[in-house]
Amino acid sequence: MKLITAIIREVQLDKVREALIEADIKRITVSRVSGHGQQRIEEMYRGQIIVPDLIPKIRIEIGVNDAFVDITVNAILKAARTNGEGNVGDGKIFISPLEECIRIRTGERGGTAI
Amino acid sequence: MRNSGKKYLLIMMLLFISSTGLFAADNTHIDSGATAWMLTSTALVLLMVPGLAMFYGGLVRSKNVLGTIMHSFVAMGIISVLWVIVGYSMCFGKNILGGWFGWNSDYFFLKGIDTNILDAGIPEYVFTMFQGKFAIITPALIAGAFAERVNFKAYCFFITIWSLLVYNPLCHWVWASDGFLFHLGAKGAIDFAGGTVVHISAGVSGLVAALFLGSRRGYPYQVIRPNNMVITMLGAGLLWVGWFGFNAGSSVSSGLSTAQALTATQVAAASGALSWILIESMHQGKATALGFASGILAGLVAVTPAAGVVQPYGAMILGFLASFVCYSAIQVKNKLGYDDSLDAFGIHGVGGVVGAILLTFFIRPSWMHEAAAAVGGKWNLWNQLGVQGLAVTIAIVYAAVMTFIIISILNKFIKFKSTETDEMAGLDRSYHGERGYGMLNPS
Repeated sequence: MKLITAIIREVQLDKVREALIEADIKRITVSRVSGHGQQRIEEMYRGQIIVPDLIPKIRIEIGVNDAFVDITVNAILKAARTNGEGNVGDGKIFISPLEECIRIRTGERGGTAI
Repeated sequence: MRNSGKKYLLIMMLLFISSTGLFAADNTHIDSGATAWMLTSTALVLLMVPGLAMFYGGLVRSKNVLGTIMHSFVAMGIISVLWVIVGYSMCFGKNILGGWFGWNSDYFFLKGIDTNILDAGIPEYVFTMFQGKFAIITPALIAGAFAERVNFKAYCFFITIWSLLVYNPLCHWVWASDGFLFHLGAKGAIDFAGGTVVHISAGVSGLVAALFLGSRRGYPYQVIRPNNMVITMLGAGLLWVGWFGFNAGSSVSSGLSTAQALTATQVAAASGALSWILIESMHQGKATALGFASGILAGLVAVTPAAGVVQPYGAMILGFLASFVCYSAIQVKNKLGYDDSLDAFGIHGVGGVVGAILLTFFIRPSWMHEAAAAVGGKWNLWNQLGVQGLAVTIAIVYAAVMTFIIISILNKFIKFKSTETDEMAGLDRSYHGERGYGMLNPS
C-alpha cells in the first residue's frame, strides 16, 4: 500500500478530480494548503506589485493498493499539468509507503480496507 | 479705481440678495415631510444593491465571491453615471420616436432641473436620484442568472446597453405621464413600484442570457454549493429593509398611500418567507435558511407591483402564492436542467408575473370606483386583469427579444461567457486579480 500526496494548483482541482473519477479512484481527501516551491507570482495591491511569500495550493491525499499507484499517478499527471508541456508551479506528487489502513466502521485492516 | 471696486461689490451683493430671494420663493413649495421621506427612501433603495451583492455573493463558490459582488457594485457606478447623462431623460422626458422612450433636453446631464420643485413638493433632484436607484438594481438582478461564468468586461457593456435599450423604454412606458402603459385601460396598468419594469424585465432577461450562455462547467453533475450562507442571510435582511424605500417610497409622498404600501410590503415578505419554509418542510423535511431568504424575496417581488392597491389580506395571499409558484418553478428548472445559477428568473421573473397578474383579485374597492369613474361607466376586475395581462406580456416579449439581440451582437465583439480557464480559476482571480477569502490560507 502507498500513500500518494499531490500538491497541485487550485485551478486544476476540478480537472484532477474528474480524471481520478474516470480512472475509478474515488476515495480522496482534499485540503487547502499554502507553501512555496520554485513558482514566483506577482499580485497587484492598490497599484503596487507584491510577491506573496506563500502561494495557495491544493493537497490531495489518496491511499492506494500497489496495483493502482501508476494509474493514480498518471491520472494526476495528465490533469494537473497545464498547457500540455507544463509550467513552473504545477506542483508535485509524493509517494510514501503506507504501513496500515484500518476501516473504522468494521475494523478490517490492510488492502481491502482501502 | 477704489470707488468702482466698491460699486462692483455692491452690485454683487444686490444680485446675491435678489437671487436668494428667488430661491426662498421656490422653497415655499417644498413639502419637507415628503422630501425627508423620499431622501430616506432613496438611501434605502441604494442599500438594497450592496444587500443584493451579499445575497448573491454568498450563494456562489468561494472563487467567485468578489466577482459576483462586483456585478452589483459596478452597476452602482455605471448606471448612476448613465442615469445622469441620459437615463432620466429617456425615462421621464416627453415621448419621442413614437413613444419608444422619452427625451427632454433639460434632463440631459440633469442640467435644467437645478431649482425644480415637483408638484408633489419634493425637489426634482430627489425624484431623479430615487428613480436612478431602481435603474441600478434592475441590471444587477440579472447577474444572478448567469453568475459564475460571465466575462466582467462583457458584463459591463451588457448592462450599459441593456439599461439604455430595455430598462429606460420600459420605465418610460409604465411610469412616465405620457407612457402608453401608464394610460392602458381605465387607470393604467398597475405597477406600483416596478413588478414589470424591474422584476419581470430583469428575470426574463436573465433567463434569456442564461440560456444563451449555457451552463457552468460541471453543472448539474458537479455539486455547486454556497460559500457563505451567513452573508446571504445578511443580504436578504438588507433587501427586506431596503424594500420599504422601494415600495413605500414609490408613493412619492409621505402620507396615507405610503403607509398602505409599507404595510403591504411587510405582510407579503413575512407570509412569503413562512410559506416557503412550510412548503419546503413538507416537500423535503427541513426548513432551510436559504428557503426563508428565498421566500422573503418571492413575497417582496410579488407585492412590488401591488403595494399601492392591495390591503393586508391581499398582500398576505400574494406572498403565499408567490412562494408556492416560485418554489414550483425552481423544481421545474431542476428538471429541465438549464442553469439559472441563482434563480433570478425563478424568483424575480416568476414572482413578478405572479404579483402583477394576481394583484387584480385583491385591489381595494376605492381604486375600482375611481377607475370606473375615470372610464365613465363600469370597470370590473376582469377588465383590469386584461390590462395587467397585456402589460406583463409586452414586458416579457420586449425584454426577451431585446436581450437576445443585445447579447447576440455584443458576443461578436467580446465573448460574453468566460473561457474554461477563467471559469475554473474563478472570476475573482481571472478578472479582478484578487481573492475573497485570503484568510482561509496562511499567507
